[in-house]
This record gives sequence, C-alpha cells and structure tokens, in this order.
Amino acid sequence: MAASIFAAVPIAPPVAVFKLTADFREDGDARKVNLGVGAYRTGEGQPWVLPVVRKVERMIAADDSLNHEYLPILGLPEFRANASRIALGDSSPAISENRIGSVQSLGGTGALRIGAEFLRRWYNGNNNTATPIYISTPSWENHNSVFVDAGFKDIRTYRYWDAAKRGLDLHGLLDDMEKAPEFSIFILHACAHNPTGTDPTPDEWKQIAAIMKRRFLFPFFDSAYQGFASGNLDKDAWAVRYFVSEGFELFCAQSFSKNFGLYNERVGNLIVVGKDADSVKRVLSQMEKIVRTTWSNPPSQGARIVATTLASPQLFAEWKDNVKTMADRVLLMRSELRSRLESLGTPGTWNHITDQIGMFSFTGLNPKQVEYLIKEKHIYLLASGRINMCGLTTKNLDYVAKSIHEAVTRIQ
Amino acid sequence: SSSWWSHVEMGPPDPILGVTEAFKRDTNSKKMNLGVGAYRDDNGKPYVLNCVRKAEAQIAAKKMDKEYLPIGGLADFTRASAELALGENSEAFKSGRYVTVQGISGTGSLRIGANFLQRFFKSSRDVYLPKPSWGNHTPIFRDAGLQLQAYRYYDPKTCSLDFSGAMDDISKIPEKSIILLHACAHNPTGVDPRQEQWKEMAAVVKKRNLLVYFDMAYQGFASGDINRDAWAVRHFIEQGINIVLAQSYAKNMGLYGERVGAFTVICSDAEEAKRVESQLKILIRPMYSNPPLNGARIASLILNSPDLRKEWLVEVKSMADRIISMRTQLVSNLKKEGSSHNWQHITDQIGMFCFTGLKPEQVERLTKEFSIYMTKDGRISVAGVTSGNVGYLAHAIHQVTK
Repeated sequence: MAASIFAAVPIAPPVAVFKLTADFREDGDARKVNLGVGAYRTGEGQPWVLPVVRKVERMIAADDSLNHEYLPILGLPEFRANASRIALGDSSPAISENRIGSVQSLGGTGALRIGAEFLRRWYNGNNNTATPIYISTPSWENHNSVFVDAGFKDIRTYRYWDAAKRGLDLHGLLDDMEKAPEFSIFILHACAHNPTGTDPTPDEWKQIAAIMKRRFLFPFFDSAYQGFASGNLDKDAWAVRYFVSEGFELFCAQSFSKNFGLYNERVGNLIVVGKDADSVKRVLSQMEKIVRTTWSNPPSQGARIVATTLASPQLFAEWKDNVKTMADRVLLMRSELRSRLESLGTPGTWNHITDQIGMFSFTGLNPKQVEYLIKEKHIYLLASGRINMCGLTTKNLDYVAKSIHEAVTRIQ
Repeated sequence: SSSWWSHVEMGPPDPILGVTEAFKRDTNSKKMNLGVGAYRDDNGKPYVLNCVRKAEAQIAAKKMDKEYLPIGGLADFTRASAELALGENSEAFKSGRYVTVQGISGTGSLRIGANFLQRFFKSSRDVYLPKPSWGNHTPIFRDAGLQLQAYRYYDPKTCSLDFSGAMDDISKIPEKSIILLHACAHNPTGVDPRQEQWKEMAAVVKKRNLLVYFDMAYQGFASGDINRDAWAVRHFIEQGINIVLAQSYAKNMGLYGERVGAFTVICSDAEEAKRVESQLKILIRPMYSNPPLNGARIASLILNSPDLRKEWLVEVKSMADRIISMRTQLVSNLKKEGSSHNWQHITDQIGMFCFTGLKPEQVERLTKEFSIYMTKDGRISVAGVTSGNVGYLAHAIHQVTK
C-alpha cells in the first residue's frame, strides 16, 4: 500500500488546561485538588446545575409544542434579543436606536471566532489579514488561536499585568495603545480578566476609552463572566455600556457557560453595536454567510433555556439569585484563602487574592513553585500561577494554604 | 461620524429562504412548500421521533451535569457514529485505525474536515464536487481555503446519472486531488449510482490516488436501510481507500436544531489516528472550543441502547417509506392526470429531494398559478408532499407541462 497521506501529520501538544484535568483525574492521591479548569464548583467540590436551569429544562421538556427544527442561521430571536439586553442594559441607547445586532454562537469561543472572521473580511476595507490584533499579556490562551485561525497575520500583545506590583499595568497598557497603529483591533475583557482577575477601575476604563477613540482603535469585548464577577450584572457590564455611551462601534462576545452553568450546551452571543440600523443590517447579512459555512445554524437547547429564563421576570430573578450564590462563594473562598496565608505568615503580600475579581486568581507563584504544588502536593494549577477559586472548599482550604506556604518558603 | 461598516455590502439573499418567505406570505389555502429541507409527516408537520422522546426522558431522569465535553466530543457518541457508518464488522473500525470527532451537524463536520485537509493535505488545493452539489459545499471549502472544481454527474436530459460523463471526468482528475462524493440520497438531485457503478468509481478513484471525502447526511433516510445506505462508504474502505467522512443526524434522527454530526478520518493505523485526532482538536478549539452535548447525548443513547436503536431503525424506515410512497403516488397521479411525459426519474431518485426536470418558467407558473413553492432548478422536497396534497401537485405539474 502507498504511504499514507497523513504519515507526516505531527502529534499536537494537548491543550494545557485540559491536560491538567486529565492528569488530575488519573491522580490517586486522596488530597488532590483541581484548581485548573474554569468551571464553577460547589462547596462540596461538585459541578452545579443552576436550580433555575433545571426548572426551565423541565418546562421545555413538558412543552409538546417544541420540536427539534432548525433555528434561523443567526439563532433564536428571543435569545439574541434578551442576551444582548443583558449586556447592554434595558435603557441602552444603542437598542432604542435600533443599531444593534447579534449572532447566537457556540459559546464565547464561537462568538469570538465569528467576529474575528467578519473583521478579517470587512473591517476597515476588505482584506484585513494585516490589521494588528492586540491581545493582553497575559490573556486566555485561546484568544491567540482564534484570531490566527481567522486569518490575521499580525497578532500583538498589549501590556496588562504588572507582576511586580501584582496589579494592572495601566501605564504600559495606555502606552501600547498610544503606539498601536490606528485602526488596530483590541481584545478587551469586559470584566473578571482571565487569567489575572484584575480589571481596570471605571476611571481607568475612561482613560482607555479616550485613547481608543482618539486613535480609532476597535474594541472587541470578551464578556464571559457577567454577573459572576461581582455578583451584580449591571456592575459587571459597566465597561461595555460605557463604551457604547461614548459612541463606539464595537463587538462583544458573550458567553453563558459560566453565569448560567451551561458549559456543554455552547451558549454564546456576538453583539454588534453600530452607528446606524442600516450598517448593522448589512453586517448581519454578511455574518450569516460566515455562520453558514461554519455551523449553518446554532444548537437550540441552551439558547432556549437562557431565553426562557431572561424573558420571565420571576425566572430572571431566580437566575440572578443563583448567580449571586456562585459569586458569593467565590468571594468567600478568596477571603478565606487570603486570611489563612496571612496568618501562616506566608512571605509576600496576599491582598491581591481579594483585590482580584471573578473565578481566577493570579497567585504570583512561579513555574517552579507550581510544579512543586502539582508533583508534591497534588494540587493542580496552571504554570502561570492561575488558580480557579471555585476549586477551593472549606475542606481543602487549609491544605491548599499550607501547601502554598510551603511552596513559597521552600522554592524561589 | 462615519461607521466602520459603511462599505459592507448587503449579502445576497438565500434563495431557499426566499422561497420559504414567499410561501409564508401566500394566503392560498392550497399552498405547498416544497423548498423545505426537513422531514414532514403526512400532515405536513415536523416529526419528533418517538425514540428521541424516550431518550430525552431517560436523560432528564438522570439529572446529569453540564460540564464541558472534551474537544473531540462525547466518546460514546463518536464511537457509535463510526460503527454506524463503517459497520460493526469493519476491519477499519475493529482495528481502531480511525478517528471520529463530534461535529456541528453535517456543516460543522464538513468544515472541520475541510480545514484539516487545507492544513495537512499538501498534495492538492482542489476539491472536486459533483455537478450539481449541495449549495453550501462550495462556500464551506472555499472558506476553508481550498479551490473548487467539478465533475459531471447529473444528466438533465434523462434526469438521472451521467455515468459515462462522471467516469470520464473522474479519470482525468489530477492525482492526489480531493473528490467529494455523496454517500447516498444525492442532494439536490436524488440521483445515486447503483452498486455496480460505485464499484467502477471506486476503481478509478483508487487508480487516480484521489482523496475521497464522503458526505453522508441521509444514512437510513434514503432507502430505509442503514447498511444499504452506507454501502458505498464501506465498499471504498474495503477497497483500501482511506476515506474521510462527514455524517449528519439532522434528518435520520430528526435532530436538526441540536446540531449532531461527526467527522471521521480512516487512517493507516491507530497511531496515525492519534496524531490526526490531536490536530483535529487544534482546529476545533479556536472555532468553538468543544461541541454541544444535548443532541449527541440523545443520539448516543439511541445508538447504544438495543431497544432504542431497534425503535430508531423502524422509525427511520417509516420516514424513508413515506417519502418513497409519495414518489410513487406522484407518478401514478401524473399518469391519472393524463401526462404523457416520462416521470420515472421521480421514483428512480432517492432521498428527500427530487430533481423534477421542470424548467424555470414552469416553476414560476407553479408558484404564481398554484401557490406551489420550490427552487428555480426544479428541485422539490418530497418531504413537503402528503397524501392530502399529492393529487393537487400532480394536477399542477401536469398543467404546466402538458
């Protein structure tokens, strides 16, 4: 037989965060803790299907009028409208002026990808492979791949995390925006920055917006944690809404994986905010073409759950409550971990654990210390030092705190 | 101030969507929508399979979590999907020299495969499609960065397969190009090769060392027999042709909006399959991270539970039988109307669609005078025909063709 055409296909390295979970699963040590993948866990360390989601699922199952027919290419209309409203606010001028559009997508990733594919084709002229894309350093590792695979050739970083002060490098960020070529595209985390958990303050956002406006930089927001960051939907949407109020045209990729706990249903939404209704209409018509060759039309189950919940005042209230439950547990784990480290006298300062926001904390641990934690303590976290606060429970807090203390004192 | 999007052109309207929109606006009580690409029962209603309902109930009772699936999808589903296509006795299946990843129905599976070939199949950028093919094939491969070519397939004079034309063209395709074949129920023509013809095609394809990309969106739905519908796929593999394959469960399980599909690569051995799988994941992650679970869980439960699987086979056969029966009734009604034309192709063709042979002017008359909606190329979706309206359809067709 002739040599295979795929004989030369190299083995690709596994995606780090999933490899971590795989290693965790295989680990037989009873003390093991998974602080890797970004999914919510209860105080018992279990996945949590939101009570409002279970309720709505039963409603959907009992509704005989529902079937499995195709959704429209751009998705379930009630989902798109309600999801967009959640991000932009009920009183958004963009909505009342009918200059927003949306594309139901497969999770936040899908929304980012469709947005990226559109920008490569249509932003600032017809061929944008050379348009610079700016991604924060660090950022979610998949951001880079999304824009590379969408065809962008010039992916750059903008300064974000100041390791020395364990906070936002605002000066570096603004400087990079000042030096970026006009019309560059910037990926901004709407709230609960992944992986650092460090967000600009409203005042800092204002400065960012001012430069972006002056230099014609395009804002592409990634909003994966609305409600989950502070526990308050409106607070977490402040940055996006501010940019809209400042007259920006922008994209916002929403994910309902975390705040609805609908990880595997792939529920996302790409919001388009334009200057006028006609532009948005034309944009959506081109989005349809992109969607058609990627997945044709999106999956219905998750969108139905979200749409039903958001459209009902009672269910919406229940959902907000469920979200607050999750956010509050994360906040509790933050304060508990910090206080333990401080009582142990762990070298360094640990206020960043409670200053940071959202699911993740950038501990400041270095790769060697991380390796120690994984190998010796069976505590799994990313090499960057990122931990998922949801992996902490009252049962493992002491063990994790002591282990971090050991790692910091023994390993430099 | 000006918009970023001032120069964005309005995208062309989708021709099939246009048909449906016009149908919706029509107030004629006798109107028929023969553009619909989804199965309808004999009352013209969407049909949720009983085995699907049962599977859903079982799943709901288990109260499972909503954790992310692996990038490659639900393992129980992908394995069962490979087995369904390849056959449980397939050497390729049993030896594990394949990889199957879950895809977003047929489109998503085709696209993953197209992207994979663009990245790793360096011998050629050319994908050869049958003339005609599903309208979305061209933009899918183009967006993946490949080029489109064609081989003769449909003979409009006979409304059947132009076999000599196809063989002539295929035998001239440059070696190591990619050729796309519809496994069964060719869309849009409904014209499938007979088994002897498939055998000849396989021989030529092998001789030309072409990479075969099968699109199987209607397994079970075409003839009513899942093994018969997969015959071509299995034959090619048995001939030593390592195919790639996109599957959809939209039609055969009625899971349209749940987006259930799979992409498979037949490899030299299991080790190669592992390498290929790792690269497929690298392609999927920046597209949508991991696939939706709901539909795959339903499909997996059906395929893997003996009772549900049995029930599914009966139901998919009944859908196929209804389609076949509508074809038969349409032809017999045309004869009753007194049509002197040869309508044999309507029953020779198979699957959801039928290329009637009607010309654009005739199609226009059908729409204007009888409120019967179909695409300009004369394609009808037999799923839109019922025992209640087949007589009306035959009458109308006769009026515009006599």
